[in-house]
Amino acid sequence: MTVSSEQAPAPKVEAEEPAGSPSRWGTALREIASSNATVIVLAIFGALVLAAVLIAAADSQVQTTAGYIFSRPSDFFSAVWDAVSGAYTSLFRGAVFDPQAKTVARQFKPITDTLTSATPLIFAGLGLGVGFRSGIFNIGAQGQVVLGAILSGYFGFAFHLPVVIHLIVAIIGGFLGGALWAGIAGFLKARFGANEVIVTIMLNSISGFLLSYLLTTTAFKREGSNNPLSKPIFDSAMFPKLLGSEFRLHWGFVLALLAALGAWWLMERSTLGFKFRAVGFNADAARTAGIKVERIYLLVMLVAGGLAGLGGASQTLGTEGVVQDSIGGSIGFDAITVALLGRSRPGGIIGAAILFGALRAGSPLMQAVSNTPIDIVQVVQALVVLLIAAPPLVRAIFRLPVPLKEVAA
Amino acid sequence: MKLELRGVTKRFGNFTANDSIDLVIEPGQVHALLGENGAGKSTLMNVIYGLYDLDGGEILLDDSPVHFAGPGDAMAAGIGMVHQHFMLVPVFTVAENVILGFEPTGKGGIINLKEARKRVREISDRFGFNIDPDTLVEDLPVGAQQRVEIIKALSRDAKILILDEPTAVLTPQETDELIGIMRQLKESGTSIVFITHKLREVKAVADKITVIRRGKIVGSEDPSASETELASAMVGRSVNLGVEKGPAKPGEVRLSVKNLTLLSHQGVPLLEDVSFDVASGEILAVAGVQGNGQTELTETILGSQPKAIGSITLNGTELLGKSIRSVLDEGVGFVPEDRSKDGLVAEFSIEENFVLDQHDKSPYAKGLSLDLKEIEKAANEYIEQFDVRTQSSKSLGSQLSGGNQQKVVLARELSRPLQLFIASQPTRGLDVGSIEFIHKRVVAERDNGTAVIIVSTELDEVLALADRIAVMYEGKIIGIVPGDTGRDILGLMMAGLPYDDALAEAEKHKTILGAVDEDSDTPIGGAL
Repeated sequence: MTVSSEQAPAPKVEAEEPAGSPSRWGTALREIASSNATVIVLAIFGALVLAAVLIAAADSQVQTTAGYIFSRPSDFFSAVWDAVSGAYTSLFRGAVFDPQAKTVARQFKPITDTLTSATPLIFAGLGLGVGFRSGIFNIGAQGQVVLGAILSGYFGFAFHLPVVIHLIVAIIGGFLGGALWAGIAGFLKARFGANEVIVTIMLNSISGFLLSYLLTTTAFKREGSNNPLSKPIFDSAMFPKLLGSEFRLHWGFVLALLAALGAWWLMERSTLGFKFRAVGFNADAARTAGIKVERIYLLVMLVAGGLAGLGGASQTLGTEGVVQDSIGGSIGFDAITVALLGRSRPGGIIGAAILFGALRAGSPLMQAVSNTPIDIVQVVQALVVLLIAAPPLVRAIFRLPVPLKEVAA
Repeated sequence: MKLELRGVTKRFGNFTANDSIDLVIEPGQVHALLGENGAGKSTLMNVIYGLYDLDGGEILLDDSPVHFAGPGDAMAAGIGMVHQHFMLVPVFTVAENVILGFEPTGKGGIINLKEARKRVREISDRFGFNIDPDTLVEDLPVGAQQRVEIIKALSRDAKILILDEPTAVLTPQETDELIGIMRQLKESGTSIVFITHKLREVKAVADKITVIRRGKIVGSEDPSASETELASAMVGRSVNLGVEKGPAKPGEVRLSVKNLTLLSHQGVPLLEDVSFDVASGEILAVAGVQGNGQTELTETILGSQPKAIGSITLNGTELLGKSIRSVLDEGVGFVPEDRSKDGLVAEFSIEENFVLDQHDKSPYAKGLSLDLKEIEKAANEYIEQFDVRTQSSKSLGSQLSGGNQQKVVLARELSRPLQLFIASQPTRGLDVGSIEFIHKRVVAERDNGTAVIIVSTELDEVLALADRIAVMYEGKIIGIVPGDTGRDILGLMMAGLPYDDALAEAEKHKTILGAVDEDSDTPIGGAL
């Protein structure tokens, strides 16, 4: 017998306590502190603090002053402060707002760069989020991004089409590329029960080599170039810039926000999303209720892959204008963290993607100004994952109470 | 050894599971702790066993206060516990399980299995348990596994044995054996705390009965008290134990199952040539020990066993080969045997669980969208109708007690016009109040003219509801008998004896519970 079943005859007594009584505030505070959102914020904070330790440790001035820390500790501490504050200030300047820039436009450019970097992460994160909430652990966003980039790019440079229509066709190409790639894993899972984690990881590797191969074929290869570079994508297939040519931010970001809205509607309001979630939480109960679980697996993968494919399209059609070996970057893998950080909810994913976009956009300036290695950004990302994967650890560090539900379990 | 609790209190957050409990367990007594699910019986025992810390009060052994930091301390002090869910390692032998945690070691820390075997044999022989120390636990039937748990406790010199809902998993005959064992243990001086919500068993074996309700002791009863008295004390209001049910008015045959056979992956028959009919307006109860094909039978009718051969027709339409969706659409309501696995999505709200199988149909869906308002309205209607105790229709399935979860499943399945209603173990693990309610609804559905199949391993339930009883054994239907067939006969049929043999055998040996039936105030067919 668990505690939760003990709570069966739920007493409704304490609802009418006078406002402001301490126990009520205490309860409220505990509830907020027990929620996952708090853990996530603290995990980010904890990751930044731990990264600060590394930044300080890597700083030469800190190393020197540490040698005589006992005779002049103040030197050491001011060096630590300089290193950490310098690094984070330049990160902020590179990612959000740069007061030292000469023109107003340049001052605001960092935040637009952040949003540009966030765009593919939003798409891919949404795709993964849909999968996670449907009980499918799709690790294959990377491959789906790459296939989305390949197909959208191909539609972008291989055909001559009128403006608007060309862009739409290329975007659809991106969706299809990702959907078909993920559909392979979905089909294998639905038909043969193949584990989607393994299949999608394999498909990631295959996609990389597929891209490399395609870039050597005449259909893709740019004439007169020895580099693995595709033909340039026609302007008619490119996302228009959102804030003028001075900024890299393009309409793909708006499409990403719309996709988030669409994903929200799909999961929260549509009958299909109801099936997705039912299968994700309890496939047995879903099957008993007449839901065709295998078909749902396939559909989930198609939607998830399509969204990730749009992430690839936003790279080729938004910022790159070309398909190349590095087109996927680490978007698909970062998107796993983004989806995790955003708790697989569209709003959370947008927030997490912007955070990661900021780390990405700000790190070059951080390296240039404060000599902090760019790898520190990777460390922050990794630490965030680590801390989120271990909420009890976060709770222990910050002395948060355990949610009651977990006591019962 | 005498165990005494004084003012024992245990809280979980704001919830008081045990509220200043005073209890004395005298040596050599069977002390029954009677209460509904969620009354706080198991919590109390876990406190005694050192699994939970006390929030107040004290525990005394032979009048001196003790403190247990964990089960190890409790065991060392002579308290043994047999949990409802056995704590055995299936791939270990009986002997290995018995010594687990207290391994007798010889030179160099090598386990002395010989000693272990000897101990098991000794205890097994003393009480006639008939357990071979070298059998793997996973090869033992449930009743024997329970005896292994008891041996485990006794081998650690338990003077007080706590049995937590020990009969929940047993067949009638196994229950009978357990009651014999309890009596023997008592005679050898062991005190037994017997936790249960089954009145019949309490009356058969207890020396003293303490009733616990909502974490408080509400009274002591004498075993001579009537079942209705006990049930009323347990629930806190007067209850009607028998199901009020008029005679069935069977109409035309609705469901016709012919020569149904299903093989496992290994080719072992799970169902063998099963044939029966169910008419509209009658309840066919399928009785049998767990695992004799009942689960497969219901799954096959639902359509989740596509490999079955034979024929299942509902109103002349062949169901075999159809998808679950189309079977449900033919007017089949299905309450699965494991509600937390197959019946309910724990993370879904009550509203969402209500429409689990109807969410894409009018009025709950408009085009591709869910109609959340309509869903909420319907959910609140059913919450009212089925008396689901919850604070809101937005509460999650996991926040409900078992009884209320089952009501949600039942409400969902009964909320549309049905041709056939199948419920597996509809009241497993539920409290008296919920059982009473669910039985009423099932009978009401029958009186609506629906054909009803109830699968239950609880003979009491079978006897309470059935118009006819089909007994299953090893995938076959061993016989279909009238609803008022005696408990002993059914018990023997569940063990594989055909009706005539069972009838003859039952005349010779009456079981303890069967005997209780005869001098009980409720006739055969009491709800418990």
